[in-house]
Amino acid sequence: MSKVLVSPSPHIHADISTARIMRDVVIALLPSVAVSILYYGWHSVMLLAVSVITCILVEYLITRFLLKNPCTISDWSAAVTGVLLALNLPPACPWWVAMIGAIFAIGVVKMTFGGLGQNLFNPAIASRVFLLVSFPVAMTNWARPAGFLNVDATSGATLLGTVKEGLAKGDTLSQIFAANDFSYLQTLFINIGGSAGEISAIAILVGFIYLLARKVIRPHITLSIWATVIVFSGIFWLINPDQYTDPLFNLLTGGVLLGSVFMATDYVTSPMSARGGIVFGVGIGLLTMLIRYFGSYPEGVSFAILIMNSVVPLINKAFKQKKYGRA
Amino acid sequence: MKKTFSIGGVHPDDSKIAAGSKIEVLPLPKTVYISMIQHLGAPAKAVVAPGDRVKTGQVIGEPTGFISAYVHSSVTGTVKSVGLRKDLNGIPVVHVEIEVEPDEWMDGIDTSDTLVTDIPEDRQFILDRIKNNGVVGLGGATFPTHVKLCPPPDKKAECLILNGAECEPYLTSDYRIMLEKSEQIVVGAAIMKKVLGVDRTVIGIEENKPEAIAKMKETVSRLQSSAKGYDGIEVMTLKKKYPQGGEKQLIDAVMHRQVKSMGLPIDVGAVVQNVATSLAVYDAVQKNMPLITNTLTVTGNCLPADRQKNYLFRIGYPLSYIAEYNGGVPDAAAKIVSGGPMMGKAISNLDATTQKGSSSLLYLTEEQTARKSESNCIRCGKCAEACPMGLEPFLLNKLARNGMMEELEQNAVQDCIECGCCLYSCPANIPLLDMIRVAKGEVIRAMRARTAPKK
Repeated sequence: MSKVLVSPSPHIHADISTARIMRDVVIALLPSVAVSILYYGWHSVMLLAVSVITCILVEYLITRFLLKNPCTISDWSAAVTGVLLALNLPPACPWWVAMIGAIFAIGVVKMTFGGLGQNLFNPAIASRVFLLVSFPVAMTNWARPAGFLNVDATSGATLLGTVKEGLAKGDTLSQIFAANDFSYLQTLFINIGGSAGEISAIAILVGFIYLLARKVIRPHITLSIWATVIVFSGIFWLINPDQYTDPLFNLLTGGVLLGSVFMATDYVTSPMSARGGIVFGVGIGLLTMLIRYFGSYPEGVSFAILIMNSVVPLINKAFKQKKYGRA
Repeated sequence: MKKTFSIGGVHPDDSKIAAGSKIEVLPLPKTVYISMIQHLGAPAKAVVAPGDRVKTGQVIGEPTGFISAYVHSSVTGTVKSVGLRKDLNGIPVVHVEIEVEPDEWMDGIDTSDTLVTDIPEDRQFILDRIKNNGVVGLGGATFPTHVKLCPPPDKKAECLILNGAECEPYLTSDYRIMLEKSEQIVVGAAIMKKVLGVDRTVIGIEENKPEAIAKMKETVSRLQSSAKGYDGIEVMTLKKKYPQGGEKQLIDAVMHRQVKSMGLPIDVGAVVQNVATSLAVYDAVQKNMPLITNTLTVTGNCLPADRQKNYLFRIGYPLSYIAEYNGGVPDAAAKIVSGGPMMGKAISNLDATTQKGSSSLLYLTEEQTARKSESNCIRCGKCAEACPMGLEPFLLNKLARNGMMEELEQNAVQDCIECGCCLYSCPANIPLLDMIRVAKGEVIRAMRARTAPKK
C-alpha cells in the first residue's frame, strides 16, 4: 500500500460519465446518420463533417482562448450538437449555412451561457430556427442531392408542406393524398423530403431504444410528446378527416420523432423530474400541433421545443418529485 | 412482486465476494484497547484504573446519560493504561488498554452453546439485561438498544422489523450470522417482540441472499412449532436495491408507511433492529453475555480469494492486528474502509481498534475509489432520480455552495440520510454529498437553536 486515500463516503462510483453519455447519444444517432448518407450521398457526408468539425473547433477556440478554461471538447457534447444540427438541415443545404449554424449553436447558444450544462436552449434546435429565419430560401429548399441509392432525385416540398399548401388552396386531404401518392409504409422507412435526419422512423426508433437500454434517457418526455400529438390530432381528425391530418401521419412525418427522441430529451434544456418531463412533453406536443394545424409554418417541432425550453426553469420549480415523508 | 422502497435507490454491483467464507474466531492479541465511545450518545466513563485486574465480561465503562451504554472488558488481564488514543477517524478518545491473559469469565455468564428458546416473562428483566450488557444497534448507528425498545408512552409500536437487508456491497457478516446463528437471531427477535408488545415481526432480507432467506424461514417455522412466543414472525424477501437497509426505506418497503421529516420510526408504529443486534439481544438476555463480540468481513477485489474472510472479533482489537492476521494489507489497496463502500468510513489510522459496531475491513484500489475531477453539471437529474428521500441533490449542492440556508431548509436538506446515491450516480463527478453533508449539519444546528428554549 503505497498511497493512502482518505475521503468521505461514498467510496465507489457508478460506471457513468458525461463523456460516456454523450458518446451514447452519438452512437444512437448513427442509424439516422447512415440512412441520411445512403439517401443523400456525399453532400450529406460533407454537411455532417462541416457541422461536427465546426462545432468542436468553435468550442475548442472559445474555451482555450476566450474563457481560458479547461478544454471541454473531450466530453463529446460538441460532437452531439454537430451531428444533430447536420441532421436538422435540409439535405441540399449549402456548406456555409451549416458552418454558420454550427458557429451560432456553440458560440452563441451554448458558450455565452457558460458552456455545457448552462445553456437555456438546445443549441441544435436554436441554431436551426436561427438559420430558418436568417436563410429562409436555403432552409426550405427541399432539393434532393444524389445518394448512393437509386431514388429519383427530383425536388419537392415536404409532406407537411404539400399538405399545408393543398389545404390553403381548398383541396381536401383525400385529394392531396391521392395526388401525391402517400403511403404510411413509405413513411416508416423513407420519409424523403424533409430534414436529413428525418428520413427513417425506424432508424430513429432504433436510436431511442438504444438510449433507453443504456439508461441515458427516461421515456417520459418522448412518450408524452407522442401521446399528446396522437390525442390532439386524433380529436381533430375524428371531427373532420378532410381538413385535419390523422394521428399516425402527424407522428411519423416531419420532425416529431427526431425532435422527441434526440432534442426534447437533452438533459440541459429539459426538466429534472419525471413529472416535469411529462408536462414539458405535453407542452411540446400541443404547440407542435397548434402550429401545424393553425400556424403559418407547416412544421412546428423546432419552435415547440424552443418555447418549452424557455419555461423549463418554471417547470422545475412547479413540478418537483415527491419527497419521502412529506406528502 | 417483491417489495422494496418507493423512491429512488441505486443498483451497485453487490460484490459479496466473502459470502462463502464461514465465520472464523480470531485469536486473542497481546493487548486490546477498548474505546469508551462505542455507541451514539454520551461517552461511557472508564471505571477501572491502571493496575486493576479485569475478567472477561466485566464492566469497565459506565453510561453517563440517558442515551449512553455500558462497555465491558472483552478479555481477562491487567489494565495498563486509561487514556486518550486515536480512533478510526484520528480523533483522540479515552481507551482502556489491557494486557491480555487467558480468559476467565465473569460469574453469571453462560458461555455454553446450548440454545435457550424460552422467553423470559418479565419485561423489566429483559430490558435490564439488554442495558446492563451494553447492547447497541449494530446496523451502523450504534444507538443504545434498551432506549429504542422503550418508546414513549404516547407512541405504540405495531411492527418490529428485523433488518437483514445488508444492502451495502461487499459486506457479508449479516449474511453469515443469518446462516450460522439463525436460531439465536430469531429468539432475539421474539424477545424484542415481547418487550415491545407487538403482534407482527418482519425479517427483511434482500433477494440476493436466497440461502439466508431459506435458512431463516426454516428456523422461524421450526421455533414456531416447538416453542411459545414465536407467532407473528415472518421472513420477507425484498428486491435488491440500495439503500434498502436504511431505516426509513425499510419501513417504506415492509409497511408502506413513511416516517415524517425529522420524525422517528415509532411515529408510524415501527421499530427497526439489525439482525446482528438481535443476536446480541439473545446473548444478553438468554446467556447474560455482554456485547463484546461481533462479526467483521475482510474483503476487497484486490484481496486473494483465500483471504476473503468473516471473522468473529472482540472489541478492542487493533485493526492492524486483524489485517496482519489476514496476511497483510494488499499492495494494490489505496483505501481501507470500515463499513460498506457507500456509507463506510475511510480509515486513516490502522492502529484504531474494533468497536461493537465494526463490520468490515474493505480494501479498495485506487482505480475503484479515486475521485475523478469535477466537471459541469449537465442537469441530467440522475442524482434526484437516485435520491431515496426524493431530494434534489443538484439544487442542494448549488444552494450549499452559495450558503443559502433558508432555501436549503425549504428544500429539505435536513432529510438527507447521507446514503451516497447522489454522488455515486453523478456523471460529472460533482461532490454532491460532501457539500450537502456540511450544509445539513449547519441547517440542523440552526433548526435546533430556533426550537431550543431561550436562556
